[in-house]
Amino acid sequence: MSEIVSLAEAVRRTIRDGDTVAMEGFTHLIPFAAGHEVIRQRRRDLTLVRMTPDLIYDQLIGAGCARKLVFSWGGNPGVGSLHRFRDAVEHGWPNPVEIEEHSHAGMANRYVAGASGLPFAVLRGYAGTGLVEQTDTIKPVTCPFTGETLMAVAALNPDVAVIHAQQADRSGNVQLWGIVGVQKEAILSAERSIVTVEEIVDTLEPRPGAVVLPSWTVSCVAHVPGGSHPSYASGYTERDNDYYVAWDAIARDRDAFAKWLDEQVYQGVSA
Amino acid sequence: MSEYTSDEMMTVNAARALTDGMTCFVGIGLPSAAANLARATHAPNLVLIYESGTIGAKPDRLPLSIGDGILAETADAVISVPEIFNYWLQAGRIDVGFLGAAQIDKYGNINTTVVGGTYESPKVRLPGAGGAPEIAASCKEVIVVVRQSLRAFVEQVEFVTSVGYGSGPGDREKYGLRGSGPQKIITDLGVLTPDPATCEFTVTGIYPGVSAETIKERTGWDVVIAAEPEIIAAPTAAELAALRKFKEERRS
Repeated sequence: MSEIVSLAEAVRRTIRDGDTVAMEGFTHLIPFAAGHEVIRQRRRDLTLVRMTPDLIYDQLIGAGCARKLVFSWGGNPGVGSLHRFRDAVEHGWPNPVEIEEHSHAGMANRYVAGASGLPFAVLRGYAGTGLVEQTDTIKPVTCPFTGETLMAVAALNPDVAVIHAQQADRSGNVQLWGIVGVQKEAILSAERSIVTVEEIVDTLEPRPGAVVLPSWTVSCVAHVPGGSHPSYASGYTERDNDYYVAWDAIARDRDAFAKWLDEQVYQGVSA
Repeated sequence: MSEYTSDEMMTVNAARALTDGMTCFVGIGLPSAAANLARATHAPNLVLIYESGTIGAKPDRLPLSIGDGILAETADAVISVPEIFNYWLQAGRIDVGFLGAAQIDKYGNINTTVVGGTYESPKVRLPGAGGAPEIAASCKEVIVVVRQSLRAFVEQVEFVTSVGYGSGPGDREKYGLRGSGPQKIITDLGVLTPDPATCEFTVTGIYPGVSAETIKERTGWDVVIAAEPEIIAAPTAAELAALRKFKEERRS
């Protein structure tokens, strides 16, 4: 059964130094508030897993929380580069970050394997690309039925998955809808989990196409309205596109980033 | 309405490459603008599919990201990311993949990973693969939309993120890639198509007023220009009006 606690308490209970942490949400429902709390609690040596690192991991990497990044597309959507990510990979600032790079299809299948209790997933992918040589988590496999060569990708089983959702009920059952990404797979592949929610309701009203995560699949639920800003929560908040544009200048400059970190995160109030 | 930019010409020409009723897997940026323009003009039944899991999205403005809320709100179906890649893309249900590129070579291979230095310590770290490797592998055909420059158009990409024709004829078959590969590269100067014998991209279409010299100057390999390249029609007033309406809405 999940427990409804404060965000600070959820992070304290769930995420430890050196953990592998997957914060998911595909453009929509990105758990920014939880990411900021991880920065505030100064977690270190994390292996950060996420299909699209987006601003949330640019911030965690720049703050020195990451030892390794497992990802498939690391850009600022519609704007350009993730400068903190690039600074870490290109110049080792604030610390070197090891990378494990995949395609979206590969990452999605790795979560599916993790959620399914399998050591790997099989897909038609990667053949002929340079990605195969850069990681030992992609290997060719022969189909035992047809003899075809396909690609196997190693399962992802993070220590912790963190997502943002629209609603939970008072028993900690969670419902999210709209673009649902890989959040279900991320939660089910992880040992522990945090779900921040826009609203806690008496009863979850079933919605078409929604993902429901029963209370017993989640460790902690925290009530954090607006917790996905500058991403968005369909039905509750709008994506703050100006913030994504403004981030470019902040992240480009180490001092501007340090100032942002100090003013917006360290001096920010723990939820 | 006769004045237009080379970017507008490129987007209009890319939109024309899509026919009504097709299913199109759309990359964000230039491809998305072109695909939405096609749907707003000659291809109202174009099925737009985004990797965020939105199938049949019908946005009335340009989506700002692959996961823009308007895509989910207007879609025929919204599904998970594993499902979009496995059931829909991998299974071969998509007619055309519409991709951008940071760097592309004469065999249509795309690099969106690293430029300069080594993989571990690159001079420029690009965003990475995203959905492109499997879009390039599994769509029935692929169209790449990219501005033509020496930096972008290279003899051989430094890193193959998404496979075009590999190192030439037979490579796609060798790798087991089931789609037919890139059929067009649409740029701000014209159109390149693969030579049926060599798979090397050659210039077969040129926009009005673009010279062969300009094309050669902005291509990093000794590109062949067809003896009689098609001179592609300038944007119509209707095409320009529809495109500019998108741009206006984006600003407002």
